[in-house]
Amino acid sequence: MTAAEPERVPFEEWDRPQEGWLLSGRCRDGDDRTLLLEVATRTLFPTMLVFSLYLLLVGHYSPGGGFSGGLVAGLAFVLRYTAGGDVGLGAVVTVRPPVLIGSGLTISVLTALVPLALGAPVLSSAKLEVVLPLVGSVSTQTSLLLDVGVYVLIVGVVLDLLRSLGSGIARDMRDAGERF
Amino acid sequence: MLALVVAHLVVALLLPLVSVRSHRTAFLVAAVLPALTLVWALAQSGVALGPGLAETTPWAPSLGLELSFRLDALALAMIVLVSGLGAVILVYSAGYFGPTSEEATRSAALVLTFAGVMLGLVLADDLLTLYVFWELTSITSYLLVGQRGEKRESRRAALQALLVTVLGGLSMLLGFVLLGEAAGTYRISEILADPPRGGMVPVALLLILLGAFTKSAQLPFHPWLPAAMVAPTPVSAYLHAASMVKAGVYLVARLSPAFADLAVWWVPVVAVGIGTMVVGGWRALAETDLKRVLAFGTVSQLGFLMVLFGAGGRIAALAGIGMLLAHGLFKAPLFMIVGVIDHATGTRDLRRLSGLRHSMPGVAAAGVLAAASMAGLPPLIGFVGKETAFAAFLDEGDSRSWAIALGLLAGSVLTAAYSARFVWGAFGAKAGKEPTPVHHAPGPLLTAPVWLCVVGGLALGLAAPVVDALAAGYADRYVPADAEQAGYEIALWHGLGLPLLFSAIAIGGGLLLHRHRKRVRTLAYRSPFSAQNGYENTVAGLERVAVVVTGRSQVGSLPAYLATILVVVVVLLAPATLAGGAWPADQVLYHEIAQVPLGIAVVVAAIAVVRERRRFTAVLLVGVIGYGVGGLFVVDGAPDLALAQFLVETLSLVAFVFVLRRLPSHFTEQPSPRRSQVFKAVLAGVGGIVVAGVAVVLSGARVAPSSTSGQFVALAPEGAGADNVIAAILVDFRALDTVGEIGVLFVAAAGVASLVLATRYDRGRDSGQGTPRHEKDVLG
Repeated sequence: MTAAEPERVPFEEWDRPQEGWLLSGRCRDGDDRTLLLEVATRTLFPTMLVFSLYLLLVGHYSPGGGFSGGLVAGLAFVLRYTAGGDVGLGAVVTVRPPVLIGSGLTISVLTALVPLALGAPVLSSAKLEVVLPLVGSVSTQTSLLLDVGVYVLIVGVVLDLLRSLGSGIARDMRDAGERF
Repeated sequence: MLALVVAHLVVALLLPLVSVRSHRTAFLVAAVLPALTLVWALAQSGVALGPGLAETTPWAPSLGLELSFRLDALALAMIVLVSGLGAVILVYSAGYFGPTSEEATRSAALVLTFAGVMLGLVLADDLLTLYVFWELTSITSYLLVGQRGEKRESRRAALQALLVTVLGGLSMLLGFVLLGEAAGTYRISEILADPPRGGMVPVALLLILLGAFTKSAQLPFHPWLPAAMVAPTPVSAYLHAASMVKAGVYLVARLSPAFADLAVWWVPVVAVGIGTMVVGGWRALAETDLKRVLAFGTVSQLGFLMVLFGAGGRIAALAGIGMLLAHGLFKAPLFMIVGVIDHATGTRDLRRLSGLRHSMPGVAAAGVLAAASMAGLPPLIGFVGKETAFAAFLDEGDSRSWAIALGLLAGSVLTAAYSARFVWGAFGAKAGKEPTPVHHAPGPLLTAPVWLCVVGGLALGLAAPVVDALAAGYADRYVPADAEQAGYEIALWHGLGLPLLFSAIAIGGGLLLHRHRKRVRTLAYRSPFSAQNGYENTVAGLERVAVVVTGRSQVGSLPAYLATILVVVVVLLAPATLAGGAWPADQVLYHEIAQVPLGIAVVVAAIAVVRERRRFTAVLLVGVIGYGVGGLFVVDGAPDLALAQFLVETLSLVAFVFVLRRLPSHFTEQPSPRRSQVFKAVLAGVGGIVVAGVAVVLSGARVAPSSTSGQFVALAPEGAGADNVIAAILVDFRALDTVGEIGVLFVAAAGVASLVLATRYDRGRDSGQGTPRHEKDVLG
């Protein structure tokens, strides 16, 4: 007559995720997982990354640019860190943040110096235009590379913040036996 | 010539690739380029001794900066030392560094780098070019003396050398600027052709001399040179005997033809030079480490060279070039011999060495020949140079020249004494001492370079006219005082005369001093003054001052810092604005209705932050202020600014929250005393009102849009290909600012990471900084 009683789940645990909702990496264990955040992150994370690239590319014509784009990408990683903890973050990012920061600075400085080799003043830029089939004419500036450097550097800075202030502090607290 | 210098640096950069296979090959490959440089310079000697070979490459033409080089007689003489001896010593290094040596890879690349920058230094014809190479030699010397930084002694010696020479270098730069501005040109050849006089020129010359004295280890800056003897012996032979320490002498030699007639130039040079020659020689008599005996000998000889080049006059200049070559050709092999002895016996302490003249007769013969040249025995180049030096001052016959000649005689007596001490200490059989066992005989890679230098010294002594031709190319810049001066030539035999008598006295006196070596050593050991202590006290004093100043100014209280900043802002800005500013007439309260609610939100949040007791809420309220300001940007039509503001605000909120995990949830348990609260409130209120008022007054100061903005807007689409003028400014018009700013971010990120991640290791008993774990943490 009565259907099988559903198993009683304690109130605190009813929305604890049982499976891996984040795209890669091991799930953090313990009580800190929340279903809502993980599902949202799963959809938002790639979207934000694409949006950050859009901001980077569109910067020359509308609001955006390397700085804003890099910050959006960085915030995507912050979201992912908040949802997944440092374990999840480590699984996604295998490049060390200082390397990322250094590459960004290198790209920008090289972009600044390349014109010297071609006999132009430092930091000069040129317009590049290609005609693609179906798409039509696409033009961009060499100064976009400078912005790419800024973008990479900003992403690196945010990841470094996550590493030092995020997982670094978390590890300190774990070592000190505190709960976080 | 620029190509040659750059080639040295490029090969040095690629050298580690060879070192991976074999250290020996790397040193031999490195020797090729200096050898080629010497061949090139000798092939150009016809031009060099005549008009000189010049080359100029514009570097930053709009700033008037250029890399100019010039090969003339003086540069040629220096190239014989820098490139010739450089190649020889690199070959010697191939034998000196073992196949497992950890220093070899670094040393090979750095020595070649040094050879390149030193070449640039002696060829430079522009004061600023010279300065750049000058400092580069200091840096390579620092890296070579410090080695891998594992020994405290090496680090201290390297730092001392760097501090002293760079201090002099900075003073020299100041002198260069003064001199260049006085002359209206920085080209050395032009300054020499038409030397400036009066005005700031004496100050400039004194500053330049300070640079030369520190670099060439003159009194009282000399202790860095003996301390630098912790470097591997080939490095000491090359940098600290043959080439780098001669940079100061070279600079004096370079400028003397124009300034030697000024007392402000020759008096300090001659006084310091003679003082250094005597003190260096005297101190060499107390040392027991063979390398340090030679190092003090080098100090003494550098003083000698200073006198010869700084005193002015044609014969003195001839003697200067002669002694310059002689010193390179006897001091480098002597150092290399010490290296050979060190290799063979495992010690270079002359108290432990005994009877090497029997076990290593070949090396002993070379050592005796080189030391004889140092002491001034015929027919070696050292004798020829010293003869000419005595002749230069005895020839004139006035009291100044006699004083200099007697000073040089005193120095020469000491030189002969420490030469004898070296030969006795290294090779002599000491009474009551077992002969030192020789573990392995030196190979040809070690002995061939020694013999090459020694035979070179002998050959140049016999072929004095060759030296004369080179020296005359430099000395003919001086107008000879009389016919005798004009006709003087460097030669092996000038007949019996005062100079020969002086040479004989020097040798005899030296041997006499050596005979009484025990008593002399006790005397020399008990020196009343110690320049090394002077250096250490100076550095310690600086550190103490720094501690006191830092302790007073950095009290570690956030409110105190904020109060200082606010007081300065109020005191500086308020009177200036009240005096010079005017309240804009057309100031309206708002020009968009949306500004009103945003403004109110910001003000309310600001008041709430002040009243809030919990950190988390306060951080959120600060966020509200930030977003409110971002909203104002949107209203005013600055979407780029607003976007960046929102993103940064979000990120800082996240960062705050991360940090808050480690902080107490409330600000303070008990409120601060009433009086301090009132003071803070008043200061904050006044500060806020002043900043707001100044902002309004300043924004009213501009009556029309700035012409720069108009230009930016007009040029953006065509010039930068951007519709977005902000982007055009960021990545094109003011791109240099952007690169600078991301550089700042780079430094800030590194700082945050090391601060946060390093503290974890500092809590323990001893600092864990620099441990592999710490490095792994900071680097990711």
